[in-house]
Amino acid sequence: MSPDAATPVSELLEVSLGPQHPSTHGVFRMNAVLDGETIVKLKPVMGYLHRNHEQIGEGTSYIASFPFTDRLDYFCAMSNNLGLALAIERLGGIAVSERGEYLRVIMAELTRVLNHVAVTGFLLNDMGAFGTPLLYAFREREKILDFFEAASGSRMMCNYVRPGGVRVDVPPGWCDQVRAFVSGFPRFLDEFETLLTQNEIIRQRTQGVGVLPKALAVNASVTGPLLRASGVNYDIRKADAYSIYARFPFKVPLGTVGDVYDRYYVRILEIRESLKILQQALKEIPDGPSVSPKGAALVKAPRTFRPPKGEAYGRIEAPKGELGFYLVSDGTPQPYRYHIRAPSFVNLTILEDMCLGQKVADAIVILGSIDIVMGEVDR
Amino acid sequence: MIVGQGIFQGMAVTLKTFFQTYAWGRVLLRAVGVKPSEGLVTIEYPDVKQKHHERFRVFPFLVYDASPDDLRCVSCKICEQECPPQCIHITGPAKDEQGRPAKAHGRTYPVEFSIDTSICMSCRICVDVCPFDAIEMDNAYELSSDERKDSMWMTKDALLKPNEYFQKIKPAEAAEVDARLAAKAAKAAAAAAPKPAAPQTPPPASAAGAA
Repeated sequence: MSPDAATPVSELLEVSLGPQHPSTHGVFRMNAVLDGETIVKLKPVMGYLHRNHEQIGEGTSYIASFPFTDRLDYFCAMSNNLGLALAIERLGGIAVSERGEYLRVIMAELTRVLNHVAVTGFLLNDMGAFGTPLLYAFREREKILDFFEAASGSRMMCNYVRPGGVRVDVPPGWCDQVRAFVSGFPRFLDEFETLLTQNEIIRQRTQGVGVLPKALAVNASVTGPLLRASGVNYDIRKADAYSIYARFPFKVPLGTVGDVYDRYYVRILEIRESLKILQQALKEIPDGPSVSPKGAALVKAPRTFRPPKGEAYGRIEAPKGELGFYLVSDGTPQPYRYHIRAPSFVNLTILEDMCLGQKVADAIVILGSIDIVMGEVDR
Repeated sequence: MIVGQGIFQGMAVTLKTFFQTYAWGRVLLRAVGVKPSEGLVTIEYPDVKQKHHERFRVFPFLVYDASPDDLRCVSCKICEQECPPQCIHITGPAKDEQGRPAKAHGRTYPVEFSIDTSICMSCRICVDVCPFDAIEMDNAYELSSDERKDSMWMTKDALLKPNEYFQKIKPAEAAEVDARLAAKAAKAAAAAAPKPAAPQTPPPASAAGAA
């Protein structure tokens, strides 16, 4: 306490948010230094959920890593599977069956819809809109998870996509059910937008908050909706055109400001584009085997797969950004090196730059808008 | 735009959702010209149970055909090797007094087969790799226990279930497996039928092994 009451001394306050905090989306800790309510320094602390995934992957066959990828970003198991499958296909030169390609795209886009709708709900939860938007989002998410369960046997830990296609074809009638769901989804999305997009409280709370400038976003190698909200046109589905994405005409929605509101809105627009892809894919999906013969042999006997010496990098536009799997083979049934480029982890590194100068309550909203899953950050 | 319009529009959505979860509310909504979408989607779990899809999978079990000693597992240990979290433990194959593999119903069999369900992540890789269709995924899910040793360490006795059970819980999958096994048996019978005429040596050897 200053002896002279007329000139108060301001001291910085260090606050530790987390690791057990409802707003941190898992076991994540932010060491914030506050000047009053304003953040002057913020240090993310991670590693509480480290599970040694890469080392485990180096000690098992290539196929045995698939169930572990489900547990990286546990919202998007299907796209995680797809990323690893792409890397293995490049490593071993495995062809993919036509129906398998379509099924994989359908699963990946359903995952994107699921993830974006759920993360919007979580973002609103972080802003203090407890329950309502989140439960609306989860109601729709549950329907997609039901489709995943019908196809793969598990709602979240799908373990479904395999090199060369998918593990087993979808049950009869599945495509018709998904078609009905996809055609009915815009109605929900319109309702969801009525609830959120024009809401004055949300606009006040999010516009101009956590602005990520274009140059900084590129320099920090941020990917996904976070990058596109800053106005950078970079989507790996377009840039790399992996799988059969070149066949689908779709737009890449871009933001202008790069604030929390743009991130929210880019996600909503991305859902609409995903629905277009889904509609086209469900219309064009051919009959035939869901997995190529080489892929089927791989599922049956994982230890017989000895890819030639070399390395491969498979990357996909996961709902959170660029998800890459890097594999080095030494000719044995196990990878010599197995590395994952996790979008949540890379996107999280930019948190401090977005939070500086903002209020402490905004830090929670900014964290929510990055869309992280700690299972993927810590691996 | 009027200030507050967005908030009121949003509130209209929540009000509509509130009404459409009740039967009287749906009548009311139709009366004012609003088309209600689906109503209450939650179920009251312990009283009402969710209907799961056929492929819904929980921990694996061992299939036996006619009697519990006629299990399909020959103790080849492929699943033990391939299991990603290494939760399958097999002792075997069973040996007779001379140290030769003992056989039941013409097959070797495991002395002990246990799955540590506190580690098992129900990934279904053991089912994919099994060459004999001996292991399949269960769908019983209310398996919580207050300790992690005895009840979660499932031994052979707990894992053995008849093929009829498999046919009951997963009809389509079981039909596929049965057809595959029948084709395999027919092929084996066809291969075995013309053979005894030419080489007469294998049957006495296997007879000695059985004795």
